[in-house]
Amino acid sequence: MIVSIVRTAMVSLRRDRGALALSFILPVAFFSIFAVIFGGRRDTTPKITLIVVDQDRSSASQRLIEGLASEGSLVVNRRPTPKKGAPQPDYTATSAEVAVKAGTAPVALIIPPGFGENPISFGNDQNRPTIQLLKDSSDMVASQMIAGLLQKVAMTSMPDVMAEQGSKYMDRYAGGLTPEQRKKMKTSLDEFRRRESAHRTDTATNGGESTSHAELSNGGIVPVKTRDVVGENKDNPMVSFYAAAIGVMFLLFTASAAAGSLLDEADNGTLDRVLSSRVTMTSLLAGKLAFSTLLAFSQLVLMFVWAWAVFKLDLMAHISGFVVMGVSTAFAVGAFGMLLASVCRTRAQLGALSTLVILIMSSIGGSMFPRFLMPEAMQKAGLLTINAWAIDGFTKVFWRDEPLSHLWPQVCVLLGVGVVLFAIARKLAQRWEYT
Amino acid sequence: MVAAPGVPTPFSRLPLRIDALTKRFGKVTAVDGLRLELHPGECLGLLGPNGAGKSTLLRSVVGRVVPDAGTVSVFGCAADSAGARRALGWVPQELALYSRLTCRENLESFGRYYGLAGNALQQSVAWCLGWAALLDRAKEPVKNLSGGMKRRLNMAAGLIHQPKLVLMDEPTAGVDPQSRNRIFEMIEKLHGEGMSIIYTTHYMEEAERLCDRIAIVDHGRIIALGSKEELVQNAFASRSEVLARFAGPADRVAGWVEQRGGRYVDTAAQFTVEHPTEIVGLLEAVAQAGLELVDVSLRRPNLESVFLHLTGRELRD
Repeated sequence: MIVSIVRTAMVSLRRDRGALALSFILPVAFFSIFAVIFGGRRDTTPKITLIVVDQDRSSASQRLIEGLASEGSLVVNRRPTPKKGAPQPDYTATSAEVAVKAGTAPVALIIPPGFGENPISFGNDQNRPTIQLLKDSSDMVASQMIAGLLQKVAMTSMPDVMAEQGSKYMDRYAGGLTPEQRKKMKTSLDEFRRRESAHRTDTATNGGESTSHAELSNGGIVPVKTRDVVGENKDNPMVSFYAAAIGVMFLLFTASAAAGSLLDEADNGTLDRVLSSRVTMTSLLAGKLAFSTLLAFSQLVLMFVWAWAVFKLDLMAHISGFVVMGVSTAFAVGAFGMLLASVCRTRAQLGALSTLVILIMSSIGGSMFPRFLMPEAMQKAGLLTINAWAIDGFTKVFWRDEPLSHLWPQVCVLLGVGVVLFAIARKLAQRWEYT
Repeated sequence: MVAAPGVPTPFSRLPLRIDALTKRFGKVTAVDGLRLELHPGECLGLLGPNGAGKSTLLRSVVGRVVPDAGTVSVFGCAADSAGARRALGWVPQELALYSRLTCRENLESFGRYYGLAGNALQQSVAWCLGWAALLDRAKEPVKNLSGGMKRRLNMAAGLIHQPKLVLMDEPTAGVDPQSRNRIFEMIEKLHGEGMSIIYTTHYMEEAERLCDRIAIVDHGRIIALGSKEELVQNAFASRSEVLARFAGPADRVAGWVEQRGGRYVDTAAQFTVEHPTEIVGLLEAVAQAGLELVDVSLRRPNLESVFLHLTGRELRD
């Protein structure tokens, strides 16, 4: 008897493709996405883009920058990428801050004038120049990582300076060195610098591979002052990110459920009746899309108003950007819902397919965890999703305080995706148009 | 009934003209070169078993099915044209309603789909609710209505734009006898007001009660057309019908029935006799053949008999 029940259930499952997909494909797909993101495959670990402004232009600052550039996990940019082939001038402190605010890089280092005179200090020297680290705290990892790497690179890229500083401290705090000891120390340091110089030349010739010369203890030998240039004036800056990230995912579910009414109407004959009136398939789908868009936008309004009221999101100062991004996002997800509904034959199919597609889109599109945590290839793959473009747009509005004119890439992509998806849905809906 | 707007009136034109209509679904020919004309103010019944092609025919008329061949014109307008859509009302077999909307909201929605608005829409909604005897349930969501009420609202929704021709596809399907009578009264009221109606059914009683002419449809073709009397006269002339049931092996009974010039369908034998007294000879022949007669009756042929006579099958097969 039990075997019969199992057999019946298995046959039913085998014939329900949606349930099969949810049972077997979705878990494997999800596992794969998480494994790629957190599985520690080093070849796909994302590199952090670091902007460096060298106001010192000393040998020490050069060596520090070279040391940072030789770190495999960093991409060091001293100037913006060429525009139309024309090289751009080096970043300044101002342009670097603008670039961080714009999201070009999550971190910028400003090496101040005079840094090279006293680059390393073992004590708490208040008078020496301090490196500024400008960070975008929407990327919670990058600034921490750069701060740590900076200390390491300072030691590994300037061992002679370390040794010199060490001898100075010994001279100052160990009762003083004799002239003969000082002379020997200077000779040794000169020889050390000569060898270091020769080694750097070799390394550059051999492809710039870095070599670690010292095991480091805790940081602090290079003075660094960190400043959050994006979120410094915001009460609760990450709320906007989560409102957009979570909001878009649920919008996708809502839109596909709303578009599913098309399947219900096809099933119960209402669609036939409507299409026998003056309503055409195009106007019917356009009406459904308008409803889905309105519904999705209303959901976004509710979510952001809630975030404003409860979590102090600065909605009122960004209302125009919110409306532009909200409408674009709602349109795109509405069209996405129409496409799913027109692909499916039944509500059950729609439920299964939408769950599968939306969860995968949300995971790689940044709705579940920030895209900057993902490997580069996956970050790029995320750009194939509505989630990524919507989240990027909302981040520009609420996080980076960018003007409306800067939203055009996100708005164009979302509206364009909406138009294309709607056109495909219209084509597929021909099957309902006539028998 | 409120006057219908915008119907291309010349009433010299027929409400419906179907010429050589053919529709195939794969290897199945659902409608096979069918020709039909509906006269103004006429109620024409399409009588046939399930799968005969009645619904496909109606869906071709409303433009929901694209025929493989042939033409359909509604008051001179091609099917699926704007003129035809205005002139046509369609009551589909399914309960094509928004279940969460109220009766009034459903009618208003479908009215707007036909371009009605303002007073015209409200007048039409009021007429439909009254016609369907749903005025007191106007604010009731459809999902809360009884089956009969849903059927009536389904019919009313097909008339919301005040068409001149209405196609009713088995509007009594699945309703109880009392509700069915109420639906008959609604249709008779419409008919009495001069509405042209096409009514499909596989119940001969409905066709007999409601329709001026009846087209018997089988395998996508009209195999007989006329009033009930004409159909019976054409099939049987003045002959009466004898129906008999036998016990015993079906093969033997069927062979004997066909030898006697009758038909044997689904355990029943059908004979026709010119005069009722001929039944005596028939009974003697049964006895001589050694068959065991269970039941015998003599009756004037009806539409069921006509269908059986023409197709060799029962209407509700």
